[in-house]
Amino acid sequence: MPNPQLNAHGELAHLLSIDGLSRDILTRILDTASSFLEVSDRDVKKVPLLRGKSVFNLFFENSTRTRTTFEIAAKRLSADVINLDVARSSTAKGETLLDTIDNLVAMHADMFVVRHAASGAPYLIVDHLRRTGRSDVRVVNAGDGRHAHPTQGLLDMYTIRHYKKDFAHLTVAIVGDILHSRVARSDILALNTMGVAEVRAVGPQTLLPTALEKMGVRVCHDLHDGLRGCDVVIMLRLQNERMNGTLLPSAREYFKCYGLTPKTLALAKPDAIVMHPGPMNRGVEIASEVADGPQAVILPQVTFGIAVRMAVMSILAGN
Amino acid sequence: MHDQLSNPVNNEPGTPRLHLRNGRVIDPKNGLDAVADVYIADGRIAAIGQPPAGFAADRVLDASGLIVCPGLVDLSTRLAGLESELAAAVAGGVTAVACPPDTKPPLDEPGLVERLIRRSEALGLARVFPIGALTQQLAGVKLSEMISLKQAGCLAFSQAKQPVLDTQVLLRAMQYAATFDYAVRLRPQDHYLARDGVAHDGEVASRLGLAGIPVCAETVAIATALHLARDTGVRLHLARLSSAAGVALVREARHNGLKVSCDVAIHYLHLSDRDIGFFDSQARFDPPLRSGSDRDALRAAAAEGLAAVCSDHTPVDDDGKQLPFAEALPGASSLELLLPLILKWAREMELPLLTALARVTSDPAAILGIESGSLTVGSPADVCLFDPLETWVLTPERLRSQGKNTPFMGDEMTGRVRTTLVGGRVVFEA
Repeated sequence: MPNPQLNAHGELAHLLSIDGLSRDILTRILDTASSFLEVSDRDVKKVPLLRGKSVFNLFFENSTRTRTTFEIAAKRLSADVINLDVARSSTAKGETLLDTIDNLVAMHADMFVVRHAASGAPYLIVDHLRRTGRSDVRVVNAGDGRHAHPTQGLLDMYTIRHYKKDFAHLTVAIVGDILHSRVARSDILALNTMGVAEVRAVGPQTLLPTALEKMGVRVCHDLHDGLRGCDVVIMLRLQNERMNGTLLPSAREYFKCYGLTPKTLALAKPDAIVMHPGPMNRGVEIASEVADGPQAVILPQVTFGIAVRMAVMSILAGN
Repeated sequence: MHDQLSNPVNNEPGTPRLHLRNGRVIDPKNGLDAVADVYIADGRIAAIGQPPAGFAADRVLDASGLIVCPGLVDLSTRLAGLESELAAAVAGGVTAVACPPDTKPPLDEPGLVERLIRRSEALGLARVFPIGALTQQLAGVKLSEMISLKQAGCLAFSQAKQPVLDTQVLLRAMQYAATFDYAVRLRPQDHYLARDGVAHDGEVASRLGLAGIPVCAETVAIATALHLARDTGVRLHLARLSSAAGVALVREARHNGLKVSCDVAIHYLHLSDRDIGFFDSQARFDPPLRSGSDRDALRAAAAEGLAAVCSDHTPVDDDGKQLPFAEALPGASSLELLLPLILKWAREMELPLLTALARVTSDPAAILGIESGSLTVGSPADVCLFDPLETWVLTPERLRSQGKNTPFMGDEMTGRVRTTLVGGRVVFEA
């Protein structure tokens, strides 16, 4: 089955998932992001790579932060950015996802940045564009259900490479609600593609997907086992709705068992870095002393995220 | 109460006398597989081999190179549009279909059942055997008027896809049905364990971030149904098994002497959760397509005769499939694919046609308790003539069903129906 995000030459035409992308493709994105990082430090924070192109931010699920980072990235590439609050407009009037897409294509969209609550929604859009002869319109998945958040996965790889230089000998622990996390899925795929030594998934059974080990991770139910000797700790956000008592008894008990504190972090290597995709729940998955401490790289992640999104959009526009 | 219902299509005298010449006659019920002539009169099989004394055919059909078998009997066909779907049935060699009760409105009123039978009779295509609602409005709360529904023509009672959440209601429904020796059909899936799920809870769903339906949703429901059947003595049929563990439970129950039958839908003999690929909504089914080893267990269960095979024909229009996987409607159009997909399974399993065709003729007829599904002399002349070697490519235009959605679209099929007879009348000719 051909990977729908690659064109006939095996180049990236859309970014839908880390699944099926080679280490070369990922490395090229990271390298391109490096070159964009200094753009953000200039007085004139713009390059003309997407001048005259229209980027539509299509957020069927609200997320101010991710939408803003995409908007900044597109504007730094000189694109025209249109933000559509579809969560509150057309779909609320009963328009289907694909009707919305057809209308925006008719408005000469060049790129869609899509966030949707349903896993796979961007694949449906790409398939529809192919069938209607508009594969020239690019699609970037900004998060689909539990499935994928590939730019977050890439910015996490960027962050790890920035601090650790080489992936080869790293042990990475991903802690928390992996079942509902598109970030975790993208990170697991990306880490394995980049060739880390070990990926650990840490959490109670209720928050881990079935057959997770088939994705190339070691499952740890005990936080201490999961953190011991690792180089990178990725904490996941625990959504409020997961604490309603059916998956976890309470936030308090979760923090007691799986919360990252100075004490539990001490089990990791002394130079281990702590990452979090944000927004954080202080005192639920992570203690403030850790979030604000010297090992946290949570704010640099955000900065790198803009460069990575610039890289993705410029590469898609060029292929 | 009688075990065998009279057939809704009258076998009136005066239907043409037919002579099906020189076909390979395969009749699983009677263990017959031989080149022979079939003689039909008054809508019934008059003789096989030598003509009855004084037989003069009105029409001779040359069946050389064709297989002559009983018309297929389908245990579950959703009739979106009655005429289009019954035309699809006979085009697929299917001459009798059981219609689940989740029609709109549901089949919980004798008048609705009578009307469905009357309208299908008037079309004169495939025979329709309604399955009555086990509970009123399929709500799982109050028992339906089973005696009146049976008198109106219902063959058995089921909840279609609706759950009976209250196990005491299920017990009472089985007790009541057993009192009158009515059969109860259940789709075993625990409502709570399957809640929100859209795919088999395994590696594929985990990777794609789709909410999973665990195998235990099936095994828990099967175990409950088997215990209640044992206690009530009801004739139980478990519909649409999806897992190896489910098959094992039914096999064990049968081994222990429980009279329970089961079926599997044709798609599950060929597909697994891997066919979801990148969120292909054509592979969205309920129950979900499970792992490759589950599929192999279902193939084996059908081969050994533990499970009958049905189409589970569910027409879904494009609007229902052009949605993200989790929002898309489950099901596929399959009446016209049942025969070629059975033949494909038989080839792959190296099964004799006599065995393979039993799963879609005599076996489902026995489960339903109807006369169809055999070429026994004196039984209704519901016959399918097909070319087992002819290949054709599946395109939307070829399907007579309103549902054009199937995961097999574009595939090459082997085996093509040439002529279908219902009650001795030619109802389809290619």
